[in-house]
Amino acid sequence: MSRSTRGPSAWSNRIRRVFTLYLPVGPFVVFALFPLYFMVVTSLKTDAELYDVRAVPYLIRHGMTFAHYRLLSQETYFWNWFGNSLLVSVVATAVSVVISVLAAYPLARLRFRGAEAFGVSIFITYLVPPSLLFLPLSTVVNRLGLSDTLWALIVTYPTFLVPFCTWLLMGYFRTVPQEIEECAMIDGCNRLQAMTRILLPMAIPGIICATLFAFTLSWNEFLYSLVFVSPAELKTMTVGVFSELIRGDIYYWGGLMAGATIGSLPIVLAYVFFLDYYVSGLTAGAVK
Amino acid sequence: MRTRTINGAAARVIASGVATTRGLPELLKRDRSIAYQFVAPAFVLLACLVAYPFVLSIWLSLSDARVGETGEFIGLENFRRLIANSIFRQTVQNSILFTAVAVLLKTVFGTTLALLLQRIVRFKRLIRGAVLLPFIVPTAFSTLVWWWMFEPMYSVINWTLKALRLINHDIPWLPDPYLAMLAVILVNTWRGLPFFAVTILAGLVAIPKEVYEAAESDGAGPWARFWQITVPLLKPVLGIVILFSTIFTLADFNTVYILTKGGPMNMTHMFPTLSFAVGLQGGEIGQGAAVSLALFPVLVAAVYFQLRLVRRASAYE
Repeated sequence: MSRSTRGPSAWSNRIRRVFTLYLPVGPFVVFALFPLYFMVVTSLKTDAELYDVRAVPYLIRHGMTFAHYRLLSQETYFWNWFGNSLLVSVVATAVSVVISVLAAYPLARLRFRGAEAFGVSIFITYLVPPSLLFLPLSTVVNRLGLSDTLWALIVTYPTFLVPFCTWLLMGYFRTVPQEIEECAMIDGCNRLQAMTRILLPMAIPGIICATLFAFTLSWNEFLYSLVFVSPAELKTMTVGVFSELIRGDIYYWGGLMAGATIGSLPIVLAYVFFLDYYVSGLTAGAVK
Repeated sequence: MRTRTINGAAARVIASGVATTRGLPELLKRDRSIAYQFVAPAFVLLACLVAYPFVLSIWLSLSDARVGETGEFIGLENFRRLIANSIFRQTVQNSILFTAVAVLLKTVFGTTLALLLQRIVRFKRLIRGAVLLPFIVPTAFSTLVWWWMFEPMYSVINWTLKALRLINHDIPWLPDPYLAMLAVILVNTWRGLPFFAVTILAGLVAIPKEVYEAAESDGAGPWARFWQITVPLLKPVLGIVILFSTIFTLADFNTVYILTKGGPMNMTHMFPTLSFAVGLQGGEIGQGAAVSLALFPVLVAAVYFQLRLVRRASAYE
């Protein structure tokens, strides 16, 4: 008897789920993904099809082409930009994560005068958007003699990476129980050893998360790169694709989309592999 | 093995009882000096490259500095000129409209999306991953795609509207002042929605199931449960997300600069793009710094409330 009633109700349950859950979530997924799909499709289309008013923009009907990618690598500094972005992001991330681990440890674990005030100021600088400070920073960068070099970016990116990573790591370090470190210190470890041998190995997920976010934020940065570095061959990906592929009124849409595709690829790949870290970092950054 | 070493250590500590009572303040003092050494690099960085530039921007805003010139103190002249300037007043108006509508859209649709994501079981990771993607892709590139999508002749938005017979001529999206504002709001919402959804989802998951079960057994329907339980318990998280997003929407440079550069006719200028246009392209750094600083009171208020909310949230834990 129970089986005969379970059958139809399971079915109606499933149908209800489709209509109240998967159908409503569909538009959100399409809305989120369509621009990215359109980016890739455009980058692979021939110019003839791209600029045909009657062609269906959603599809590639007249064959794929890599001409836009070829134009990008042969006639622009594209791979220079890629290299610049990579160099700046790797160095800025490494420096920022080290500084942040060092700062987050005492803020999470030790009592010292000014700890509270410094913790709050970290949070405040984390909330100060880069677009508020780019003018005075450009003056500072000028005085340091760094403008139009990649150093300008390596030095300024940590100003928004360090507050973010420190805040994230502080929260993470607090979730690791303190007792094990205390035992180790009774056994004769000093603070530095307790941190590097006990806490850090247990906090590796938090450190990976901070590293991923720092890299993503540096790779995606646009404003400082636009303001501090002007020679074409020294630009980073985001600025180079935007400013060098639009000449006057001529837009190389295929090339622009090809650049955007390759420029997004490293971040999307990292995201696919480390999805859970991204999700946890996203919520921890705002809430904790 | 491990108990033995801890016991051994304890025995040692007990044996040298006098030493520990004297050693504790000693240890704390050493901790303090280590703390300062560890915090020092971050402190120096933030002092030199955040605090100093901030003070500098106050000085610049009170001077007639231009690119390459230090300028002289002119008091509040820059701010007086801003208030008299119609472009600046337009910018204030634009920013309020842009931020209010974008944050509202993100809150409403972000909550909807979070409620849906919470109940999804099958393809959970895939759907969450897909929905989050706009937040990860570099804004500069995704905004370029939107720009291309809004292209009137060859691109997808007008084509689709024509195919559905909703329009019979091409709409010039970005050259039209009102539609340009709509476009900027849409792109900002597209990018910011995942952040809302994920954070609100984390808040939803934290609400204990028992509360809902108790309400259900008391006869509360889904609508009543949403307004009487979900919304009140979600308030702290919503507050944090909304304040956070208000700051970063007000300060959004990338979307606006790439899509419209503040045009047409200054109808989409926001504080950052105007400050860029005046301070860097126009060369009047003093005036540009004043534009940025005009945003500061809003920022202070938002940070103040944010700090209170975060403190209260962590007090609950």
